[in-house]
This record gives sequence, C-alpha cells and structure tokens, in this order.
Amino acid sequence: MTERRRETAEEASSKPDSTNDQLLVVRGLKVHFPIKHGILFDRTVGAVQAVDGVDLDVPRGRTFGLVGESGCGKSTLGRAILRLVEPTAGNVRFDGVDVASLQGEKLRSMRRRMQMVFQDPLASLNPRQSVETIISEPLRAHGIEYSKKNRVREVLDLVGLPASAATRFPHEFSGGQRQRIGIARAVALEPELIIADEPVSALDVSIQAQIINLLEELQERLGLTYLVIAHDLAVVRHISEEIAVMYLGGIVEQTDSEQLYLTPRHPYTIALMSAVPVPDPAIEDHRQRILLSGDLPSPANPPSGCRFHTRCPYRQETRCDTERPELRLISPGHRVACHYAEEIVAGTVTPKVDAALPV
Amino acid sequence: MTDDTIGGRGVNAPDVVRRDLSTEALLTVRDLRVEFGKKGQRPTTAVDEVTFEIRRGEHLGIVGESGSGKSVTSLAIMGLLPATGVRVSGQIMFDGEDLLAASEKRMRDVRGRDIAMIFQDPMTSLNPVVTIGTQISEVIRGHRDMGKAEANERAVELLRKVAMPDPGRRMKEYPHQLSGGMRQRVLIAIALANEPQLLIADEPTTALDVTIQAQILEILKQVVADTGTALIMITHDLGVVAGLCDSVHVMYQGRVVESAQRRPLFAEPRHPYTGGLLASVPRLDSPRGQPLKPIPGSPTDVLPWTQGCAFTPRCANRIDTCTEKTPALKIEGQRALRCFNPLTLSSAGGATP
Repeated sequence: MTERRRETAEEASSKPDSTNDQLLVVRGLKVHFPIKHGILFDRTVGAVQAVDGVDLDVPRGRTFGLVGESGCGKSTLGRAILRLVEPTAGNVRFDGVDVASLQGEKLRSMRRRMQMVFQDPLASLNPRQSVETIISEPLRAHGIEYSKKNRVREVLDLVGLPASAATRFPHEFSGGQRQRIGIARAVALEPELIIADEPVSALDVSIQAQIINLLEELQERLGLTYLVIAHDLAVVRHISEEIAVMYLGGIVEQTDSEQLYLTPRHPYTIALMSAVPVPDPAIEDHRQRILLSGDLPSPANPPSGCRFHTRCPYRQETRCDTERPELRLISPGHRVACHYAEEIVAGTVTPKVDAALPV
Repeated sequence: MTDDTIGGRGVNAPDVVRRDLSTEALLTVRDLRVEFGKKGQRPTTAVDEVTFEIRRGEHLGIVGESGSGKSVTSLAIMGLLPATGVRVSGQIMFDGEDLLAASEKRMRDVRGRDIAMIFQDPMTSLNPVVTIGTQISEVIRGHRDMGKAEANERAVELLRKVAMPDPGRRMKEYPHQLSGGMRQRVLIAIALANEPQLLIADEPTTALDVTIQAQILEILKQVVADTGTALIMITHDLGVVAGLCDSVHVMYQGRVVESAQRRPLFAEPRHPYTGGLLASVPRLDSPRGQPLKPIPGSPTDVLPWTQGCAFTPRCANRIDTCTEKTPALKIEGQRALRCFNPLTLSSAGGATP
C-alpha cells in the first residue's frame, strides 16, 4: 500500500482548488481507532482505519455532500472536522485557522462557528429540557447576550415552529418537528458551517422533503455553508453542489452534483448509482443494474491497493491490488481515485458479467 | 434517463411483467379490521376495511409510512398478532381456507410451510445462540419428515440459492458472525425452506445499504420467480415497489387510499397522498434545482376516519365534504380510490411524462 503523503499547509495552499473562499480545507485527515488487546498490558494490536487520508475543500456559502454506505467513515470524518473525535493525522483549516491545533478555550469558541445537526433528533435532544432551554443553552454556554424571549422565538420562527413550542418538551413533537428543534439549536449561535449527519434518514418519507426544503431555505437566509453527510444519493444530489463519494475511509470520486450523476467515473459510484431505486416503473424496467459482490471489507484490515478491488467489477490483474490509486483530476473539477478511469470511459476495460447473482 | 447515464453494462434486471399469473386468487383479504385495546378502554383501530387479493406468482406492494398499518396487516395474515387485547375481524381466505377461523395448531402448520415471512431486522429475528444451519434445518424438519443429514443438505442448497458465499462453512456459524446482508439472505433461505406459496416481506431491505439492498432485491426476485411464489412486499420505499410489484396498494392511517397496477399508479397518481409522496421524494434522475413539494404536517395530524378522510389535515385538495363524511373505496376500472376530490391528470405532481 502506498502511504499517502501528509501535506503541510504550504503545499495545501499551493493547490489550485484552495482559493480564499474555501471555508473549510481538510488535508490528509486520518482517524484511526486503536484495537487494544490484553488485560494487564494494554497492547495496541491494530487500528480501525475509519478515515484514512481525506482531502476536502468546502467553499463558503455552498453545500458539500458526502455520500457513502455505513462503515465508510463519513460520520467519523464529520466528527473529526469538529474535533468531536481526535484526528490521528492531517489538518483541518476552518476559515484559515488550523482546528487540529486549537486547545481549550480557543477550540470551544471556534465551535460556535461550526455546528452539527444529528440523525436521530430524539436521541440528540435532552428529554428533560424544554425547547426554550435546548435552544438557549448554547447561547448561555458561549456567553452570548440575548433576550430569552425574543431570541428563542426568532429561532423557532426561522425553523417554522410556533412560538408556543418554547415551553414544550421534545417528546411532545413529531419526528419532523424534533428535527426542526435540532436545527434550531444549531442555527441559534449563527454559525458559518453546519455539519448535518444524516439529517433526514430517520424521518418518514413525506417529512424528509420538509426538512430538506428547510435546510435550503436557511442557507439562503443565513448564508450558511453545509457539509451534508448521508447514505442516500438522491437526497445528497438534491441538496449539494459538490459531492464526494466515500468508500472504506477514503474519497473515491469528487465532482459537482450534475457531473457525478451524468458521468460517474469510479466503478463504485457507477454501481452505487445503479443500485438506487427510482420511483418510476418505466425507468426501473429498463435499468441496468450493476450488482456488487460481497460486503464492505473491515476497515481494521482494509484490502491492499485500491480498497474497492475486492468488489470491483472492472478489476484488472495489475495495479488494482498492489497500488492505492490517488484521487486525481481527470477533467476540470472531476477527481477520481481509479487507475483505469479513462479506460473504463473508453470501453477498453469492461466489467465482468459472469455472475448472474452476486456472491 | 438513458442507460449510459446510469453506468451502462451490467446485470440486466429481469422483466417483472413477463410472468404467468393464474386467474384464481391465492389469498383474498376482505374487510380486514384490527383493533387494539384494553378492557374498558376505547379500542384503537390500526387497520380497517383492507381488501385485496393476490394470485399465484403475483407481486403485490403495500406502501405506507410508519403507523399506516402495513405491518399489522401482514401480522394479521400470518396470525402472529397477540391473542389478547387484539380484535381481528373480516376474512383472510388462503387457498380456500379462512385463516382467521383456523386453530392455532393449524396456523402453525400453515406458517413456514404455505406462508412465510421475512422481517425487517435480521438480527432480531434470528436466534443469536443457534447456528445458521440448525435454524434453517429446524424449519425444514418442523414441517417435513426428513432426516437430519438430508435437512442439512437441503439447508446448504438453500444457502447456495440465496448466493451465500461458502455455504458449507456458514452452516456452522452464528448470526453475529455474518454481515447484515448475509443475515438477510439467511432469513430468505429460511422463508423459502418449504417452498411456500406466499411470501410476505416486511421492509426486507430497509436496514441495509443501497448496494446490498440491490443484491437482496435481485435474489428475492430470482428465487420468487424460480418457484412461482406469490410475494407481498411491504415497504415505505416507492422506488423498491416501482421495480418489483405488479400491483400497489397505498395505505394511510390503516386504510387503503389508492390501489392500482404499478404503471398507472406511478404515472398518474390520483389520491393526493400518493401524488404528494411521489412529489416529495428526491429522485436521483430529477434535474437539479427543482424544489421538492413536501406534504405539509406530519402523519400524526389526522382526522379519525369516522369523521371524514384522515388525510384531510394535510391535503391540498381538501373540500368541505372531506370533513363531513367518510370516503369509501370506489373502484373505477383498474383502480380503487378513496377520495372525494382526487387529483386530475394535470395537477398530479409526481406524474412522469
């Protein structure tokens, strides 16, 4: 496996992508969780490489989507950016400040500018706090002067909840309303960046659209920057301008939303796209589905070379299992981590279709 | 969308329409009503006026959100609802026999042999301390006079059928040693063990990742097609139904609000709820920048069916009649609809060109 080079800040700024309007710049981010063994001596016998060398640029005022299946490290990446888990290596620059090196009070005050919206609103809201307390707590924690009555009402209004909601408790609300409370808590501090980790996947289908529309509306009104983490490609494609596809701790493809849909280049993205069901029988009947064999390998013992080679229908004899592909630019604004991306487009490398059923 | 845009070459989805459907109904559910309640309290009606039939080899979809009564319907068919605190009425005719009148002993025979079920969460429906092999052969031996060795052989064969890698070794493993997708395959293998005539799949892929979901749906399609089993697919995912089912029933608050063949249903949804669902789901193939049209409110904002249409509080098409009397399920040609003021063709939001 080729070790990804850890880039310094100087190198990062020389990259063509990292112009000044990038709110968030992530370089070579790694999060490894040690696997401990033994009773007396805590020997570290290995590491779960949840995030293994990720570069990201999130432009100000835009929505960046991070898509991947469970276990690919997308949530860990989001948490590492906020330093809710400690990164093992790499750096995260938020508005020019290296978040990874911040300590204590400085880190705390930085967090005011980056907030998170969680997946399960019932689990992430304190059941014993009223909505008013939930929303005003971050304001108090950061020592912000506010008029309790007005600010809470303002924020509730922003997320489309009635002022009367302030005195009620989370269990009194429906799932969609609870997610609105979670969003209200995040926007109360007037952050610049919101990391939304699966913001709609716990909600009923008819409610998801309400929350997606709310997020879009808030972005327009407050000029927010979003990093949306989700497994649902259709949702991510709907709200994001730029999308990165993650597989087993690394980004395999990154481009704008339209290009990703029209010309997916990485075999994993192609398979992922073909697997998403479309609610339209006319299309479903004529779709060709690329079925991936097997399951996601363990991030504690990732495959050598390209991490996708164990399931890739386009796998070649050489390079795929020995050399880890770099995320490289194949056309303007389109990065792919595949040795054979061009050959796949040209049709000289074709998928194996021998198996009618995935094994 | 053309085939190239989605990635081109690959395994072609088998055509769902080209199957021989016999004309006789295998299962007929008539006026199914399920009420939950304690003594002395007013019962809650979870399912009411549910009527449908399914023929051999047919694939039927039941779509609804949480609380719509879709799972309760399936549990009622299987006779798996608790004996106390629940009142089930109506008729469930399976192959000429009324299952609601059948004894518990008889139901034990029917379950697992004639009707089988796949549940949503494979981890909680498999026994964690029993090997996969034993769990499969148990089901076979429970219904057939078969020796242990023979049953084991059959179990391996079933695992091979659901494309389980290395079936011989998996037989000796426990559920926790398998991934989610593999556990779901085991459940499918168990369900198919006695070649049932009817298979009920309750959200079989909801807990799985998209690529694994595609694998499982493909396997399900193939094994069902091989044996000519009728399939009832219960899901909230319109996409899954679109590619799999012949006819679709949309449920809201315990009642079927619209049912039709899948093509007309998706092309021209008539009930405002069906139309709303289709318009509110972000589609992978929709052009970007198109705002979603959500259904306002939440599934908890309901009017009791006895006072009108339950969907009224969230409906954009509501008229005064909606709160005055209860709409009945009217059959117009191939479609059944429970609505006073249905969508017209032009206003059907989710309709495809």
